[in-house]
Amino acid sequence: MSFELETAAHPENLRRVAIEPLSRVEGHGKVTLLLDEYDRVQQARLHIVEFRGFEKFVQGRPFWEIPVMVQRLCGICPVSHHLAASKAMDQIVGATQLTPTAEKLRRLMHYGQILQSHALHFFHLSSPDLLFGFDSDRARRNIVGVAAAHPDIARQGVLLRKFGQEVIRVTAGKRIHGTSAIPGGVNKNLSQEERDFLLADIYPVIAWSRDAVQLIRRLFEQNLSLYTSFGRFRAHTLSLIRADGAMDLYHGGLRARDRDGHTLFDHVEYDHYWDYVFEEVKSWSYMKFPFFRSLGPEQGWYRVGPLTRVTQCDFIDTPFAERERREFLAFDEGSASGATLAYHWARMIEMLHAAEMIKELLHDDDLMGEDLVTSGTRQERGVGMIEAPRGTLIHHYRVNEDDLVVRANLIVSTTHNNQAMNEAIRAVARQYLDGRKLSEGLLNHIEVAVRAFDPCLSCATHALGKMPLIVELLDAGGVRLDAISRDN
Amino acid sequence: MGDASSPPLTNKRRVATTSLAGCFGCHMSLLDIDERLFTLLELVEFDRSPLTDIKHCGPCDIGIVEGGICNAENVHVLREFRKNCKILVAIGACAITGGLPAQRNHLDLASCLQEVYLTEPGLEHGLIPNDPELPLPLDKVHPLHEVVKVDYFIPGCPPSADAIWSFLTDLLAGHTPRLGHGLISYD
Ligand code: SF4
Repeated sequence: MSFELETAAHPENLRRVAIEPLSRVEGHGKVTLLLDEYDRVQQARLHIVEFRGFEKFVQGRPFWEIPVMVQRLCGICPVSHHLAASKAMDQIVGATQLTPTAEKLRRLMHYGQILQSHALHFFHLSSPDLLFGFDSDRARRNIVGVAAAHPDIARQGVLLRKFGQEVIRVTAGKRIHGTSAIPGGVNKNLSQEERDFLLADIYPVIAWSRDAVQLIRRLFEQNLSLYTSFGRFRAHTLSLIRADGAMDLYHGGLRARDRDGHTLFDHVEYDHYWDYVFEEVKSWSYMKFPFFRSLGPEQGWYRVGPLTRVTQCDFIDTPFAERERREFLAFDEGSASGATLAYHWARMIEMLHAAEMIKELLHDDDLMGEDLVTSGTRQERGVGMIEAPRGTLIHHYRVNEDDLVVRANLIVSTTHNNQAMNEAIRAVARQYLDGRKLSEGLLNHIEVAVRAFDPCLSCATHALGKMPLIVELLDAGGVRLDAISRDN
Repeated sequence: MGDASSPPLTNKRRVATTSLAGCFGCHMSLLDIDERLFTLLELVEFDRSPLTDIKHCGPCDIGIVEGGICNAENVHVLREFRKNCKILVAIGACAITGGLPAQRNHLDLASCLQEVYLTEPGLEHGLIPNDPELPLPLDKVHPLHEVVKVDYFIPGCPPSADAIWSFLTDLLAGHTPRLGHGLISYD
């Protein structure tokens, strides 16, 4: 099974161009292109080029260690892994309903994470492309260039990220790789001083988030045809959704729609996600290719993340973000809502939503409650899902009677977008590169398309098995790989 | 399209950073210096880094490397950093000891591969990725100092922003960096 431009018919005589490493993205990846003698693109692939091994080496560890360990999958969204694993472990300890204090503290932490991650991605990583142009001077195309040309924007980006990180520090104990979510709840509440400390900055944070939405909107207005057509493709969509149809980034049922917006399934309990989502392996990437089981690998691939969430929720439960959602959907007769670059716009709407949610939570006295942990009937299997900054994140564990993990399966947000990112770079290759002399600026167009998804290639390299089988490099130190050949 | 390794136009110090087998948490902790980033930018210029579009490290004063070594490409990048950077800094547990990823060092790779790619439930049809575009994995995750000489080690997972700031400001001022009370942590 293959997609257009995925595999060249005759790769032998083609010229290879690699964009390596992908820069201003989190993690390790590269894009390769194969071009014929007329510079026509015959093949375009996004490869994930590293593996680590979490699913395997968490096996045999006590289950209560896992929420802290798995954060080391990703230093950009450690809270997402911390919380998805904790939600799975809630099920293991039979905590079907957390105390209000525990659930709200976790939510506060999560919104802090959404805010800092979205700010980092938009301001530090992507804004140079958007503010200066995709093929602008490479030396300036970074946060340093933004700081020089638009000091206010750079400063707001840094301060927005800082605020999100401070919310995490106060709730999790540390800005990166904190420890407060535990199976069945949390191990600390919020003090009055901590609450006042965060409240002191929340209003400017909301104001800057509103400005950020206006900034991306202006960029769309100024470059309408470029922004709505760049790397455009059609895909099915998947996200969690609250029971009443509101956007909920912490918890919900699964909602999926097809390319035309028709419901495929809705409000599905996620503890049997494997009835809906399957994965395929391709020889050229460590990252698997998920798809809807009912539609098969060829037809069933989908996209997740901010653009999906903003377009397929029925409403957003905070006033400023909801107003922005409506304006976004109505913009240019809806043309923005299917655009690849609209990921940025949707991301900024979510950042605003996160800021509003933080404000709301900080006014809730439950955060200072004393009742932190619950438990119930012990279970063998736990599935935790959350909407991480980049999309739906799945953690799934089995734990034996000695409290040790015996099996783990993780499907991270970026993996869900694997096919979608490949489709986006192929669309860009067709639109901008085909038959032209390649320049650094043209190649950056490909990266602009990848960046729109805010891929976390760091997360996406978690599985030990996500590695090629290269017998010849492994040294003779007793590693029994020679039983398997490259053509397996 | 070659990477410019032209000499810096200012007397700012040139700094390159990269992540090998790490989680980017150490880079995030560097960004956690918050507004001090703007002060830092008055003192340094970034060469190759996840923040810039420079794909290969040129001549630099300081190279900061996060993460251990898990594949052949990591070795490549690390040697390029060592060759080009006057001072090489290993930042974080992964760079110093291999860190959490090194927990795979005691596992049998063949059975893992088969489990994840061939026999795991939820797979449409099994297949082990084997494309030449994928870099060769090493059977163990190694710390940096096993492969190149490392000048400084900053412990922590990640080291705090204050520790990184204190280290960098000392180094840029020409002092021997010393992490004072509360700046050394191992978690
Ligand atoms: S030391 Fe910790 S924070 Fe740094 S890369 Fe390794 S796991 Fe991430």
